[in-house]
Amino acid sequence: MFDDRSPIYQQIAESIKDDVLRGTLKEDDQVMSTNQYAAFFQINPATAAKGFAQLVEEGVLYKKRGIGMFVSPDARARLRGQRQERFFTDVVDRMLDEARVIGVSVEEIKKHIDGGNR
Amino acid sequence: MISLRDLTVRYGATTAVESISVDLAPGKIYGLLGRNGSGKTSLLSVLSAYRKPSSGSVTIDGSDPFENRALMRDIVFVRDALDAVEGDRAGTLLDLHARMRPCWDAELAAKLVATFELDPRKRIGALSRGQRSSLGVVIGLASRAPLTILDEAYLGMDAAARMAFYREMLADYLEHPRTIILSTHLIQEVADLLEEVVIIDRGRLVVHEDTDTFRSRGVAVTGAAETVDAFAAGRAVLAEQSLGGTRQVTLYGALDADERRQAESAGLSLSPVGIQDLFVHLTSPERTLEAAR
Repeated sequence: MFDDRSPIYQQIAESIKDDVLRGTLKEDDQVMSTNQYAAFFQINPATAAKGFAQLVEEGVLYKKRGIGMFVSPDARARLRGQRQERFFTDVVDRMLDEARVIGVSVEEIKKHIDGGNR
Repeated sequence: MISLRDLTVRYGATTAVESISVDLAPGKIYGLLGRNGSGKTSLLSVLSAYRKPSSGSVTIDGSDPFENRALMRDIVFVRDALDAVEGDRAGTLLDLHARMRPCWDAELAAKLVATFELDPRKRIGALSRGQRSSLGVVIGLASRAPLTILDEAYLGMDAAARMAFYREMLADYLEHPRTIILSTHLIQEVADLLEEVVIIDRGRLVVHEDTDTFRSRGVAVTGAAETVDAFAAGRAVLAEQSLGGTRQVTLYGALDADERRQAESAGLSLSPVGIQDLFVHLTSPERTLEAAR
């Protein structure tokens, strides 16, 4: 589940964001408690708590005292907005760089997207 | 709070632990990492009041644990020797701890005995290496001591038993948080369970920080030899290897965003270093401590 690439708390935050984006977690859904999360993924609960704290800070989750943590109503829309902003720089530009390096033309890419190569 | 101050342990002319100072806040799971012979067991023996330091001090909540009845009751130290009579039955040893340990949980002990498929009627001297370790883990966890110290408790356990050990330890810690110190050199297996790591090498403290921070300290930089050398100049290099004109160096110290961009625009590729590799590099024989600082 987790790798050495980045701090685990960040990986936890990213995986919950992915669940929100995909709709696996819906607005006002309760997320697992830090202890449940720790037991499920076999990680230290302080690490899980740090991941959740980051999501609360970013407004993806909100806390209800004594009950637990829930998905913020606008979390999905906001995450989509953020990812869309990064989409062209992080995904499209990188693909175009790779295409240039290996000699794939933009025309070929367009043709592939239009279904010509499928 | 556990405080070690200039803690030194000597055996004749040999110095096993050399002037270690460290503070451990209560309620966390710590990993004490070091190679064989690095001084882990000596350090833990002092911490658990099994021996006096040669110099320096250990205090637990301000008091010296040595021959301190109230503190010693709250410390369980599970080590290789099991501190048992070899001719006794495993069940007898468990009964002894049940009487000695104020927080002993008989239900948990029974559950763990079943999990590890231990036969309480077996004599301790007749247990296999792995069963011996499992018995130690049962004592360590069921004692539920506020300070639980497990010194290489996994020795001889097969992969399935080790996984069961880690799972049971985490589950019980979640229910009953306490200070747990695990000594190990199998970091990869337990890293995710540790809140903080303490690494010692040749008796000296090398690293004490939270596991996630430590995890992000290592970076491998690969590229043309002269570009790599220029980038690595002035940084702590843990390891290097070359093949033809390509060189890879393992650096210690997290790179910030600017440094990463600088490396990438120079055509260098950056990759993470696994926590086990980082540990191996930090404690390899040819390394001196000072370079890692």
